[in-house]
Amino acid sequence: MQVLYGRHHVRVFRFGLRLVRDEQIAEDLISEVFLDVWRQAGKFEGRSAVTTWLLAITRFKALSALRRRKDVGLDDETANAIEDTSDDPEVVVQKKDTGEALRKCLTALSREHREIVDLVYYHEKSVEEVAEIVGIPENTVKTRLFYARRKLAELLKAAGIERGWP
Amino acid sequence: MMAASKKMLDQEPSEIEMLLPFHAAGTLNARDARRVEEALAGDSGLALQYAVIREEYAETIGLNESLGAPSARAMQKLFAAIDAEPVRKPSLSVSLSARVSEFFARLSPRTLAWSASVGAVALLLQAGVIGAVLMKNQTASFQTASLSMNEPSSGPITRDLGVSAAPPRALVRFAPEARIADITALLDNYQASIIDGAKGGMFRLQFKAMGKDEAANLLKKLQGEKIVSLAVATP
Repeated sequence: MQVLYGRHHVRVFRFGLRLVRDEQIAEDLISEVFLDVWRQAGKFEGRSAVTTWLLAITRFKALSALRRRKDVGLDDETANAIEDTSDDPEVVVQKKDTGEALRKCLTALSREHREIVDLVYYHEKSVEEVAEIVGIPENTVKTRLFYARRKLAELLKAAGIERGWP
Repeated sequence: MMAASKKMLDQEPSEIEMLLPFHAAGTLNARDARRVEEALAGDSGLALQYAVIREEYAETIGLNESLGAPSARAMQKLFAAIDAEPVRKPSLSVSLSARVSEFFARLSPRTLAWSASVGAVALLLQAGVIGAVLMKNQTASFQTASLSMNEPSSGPITRDLGVSAAPPRALVRFAPEARIADITALLDNYQASIIDGAKGGMFRLQFKAMGKDEAANLLKKLQGEKIVSLAVATP
């Protein structure tokens, strides 16, 4: 378990953190995810990569954590307002740092869009794997990512950055 | 060639456009990758969009990498929770080994033909198990390579058992009917780790440091194992 943990805990943490936007909760997620793995190792059928399995569990746990947080009155927007202390995209553009503005806009995407962008770009998951993790049809994976990217372009445009697409 | 990119925001994206991010991440199958390459070569609008995607791809990686890593608290919490799980017999550490072995055994059919490719996966899985068991059972210092399942592999396992004599090694071929769980148990019993394999179906095992006579006896015993079809000493 230590080896499995050592290999994958950072990936699980980062995926969880991007979803819940709270380091403390993201750290709690890690132990919950790997404890589930410990308890359910026998159910793993080996049809998909271990990371796909781990990320699917992480997503499920993260959504549960978000629901609990809403129950206590701290919704996503409020959480954003609390944690978002750095420059907004417009200010970043003034600093002439397009890359930084892009990161800022990636952070500003909705939870659904963040997760699909991260799964495809950072976790390098295929269409089929993303469909398995998120629990949506493969065609929806492709269209959701397209609209996530279009939303990203809109945010960048609002921040004064034109990239020639769309 | 008909332009694959769409000029209007309200138009539905083409199939190729939707595949571009996956192409950038290298997760398309060969057929789709070829389709995308061909479309990119003949459509400057699509090529521009692909350049934008490459930028998004790089920044998404940069953003995630900047998130850092969790504190040790997460690991402490996890293993405290595991320790608090109902006690299993014969012991938690052995039970850990058994559970992880069972977990790994389910990654592939119950009976494995020891082809080179399967063996390479098995090497990593068993190395992981041995690492985990050693962590629980031994006080000597050691290092384990990363565990990889269906993932790119990392370097071989190394460990320092705190004994100055050179540890004996053997080239071993496992019987075709050997299961991962059986091999894991054997490695566990012999306190051995796989340090190389599987060239021609042979694995190089390393044992704990011991004298010559003891090493010769160990090799003889290993040759008598049901799941071992060949075992020879090697430097």
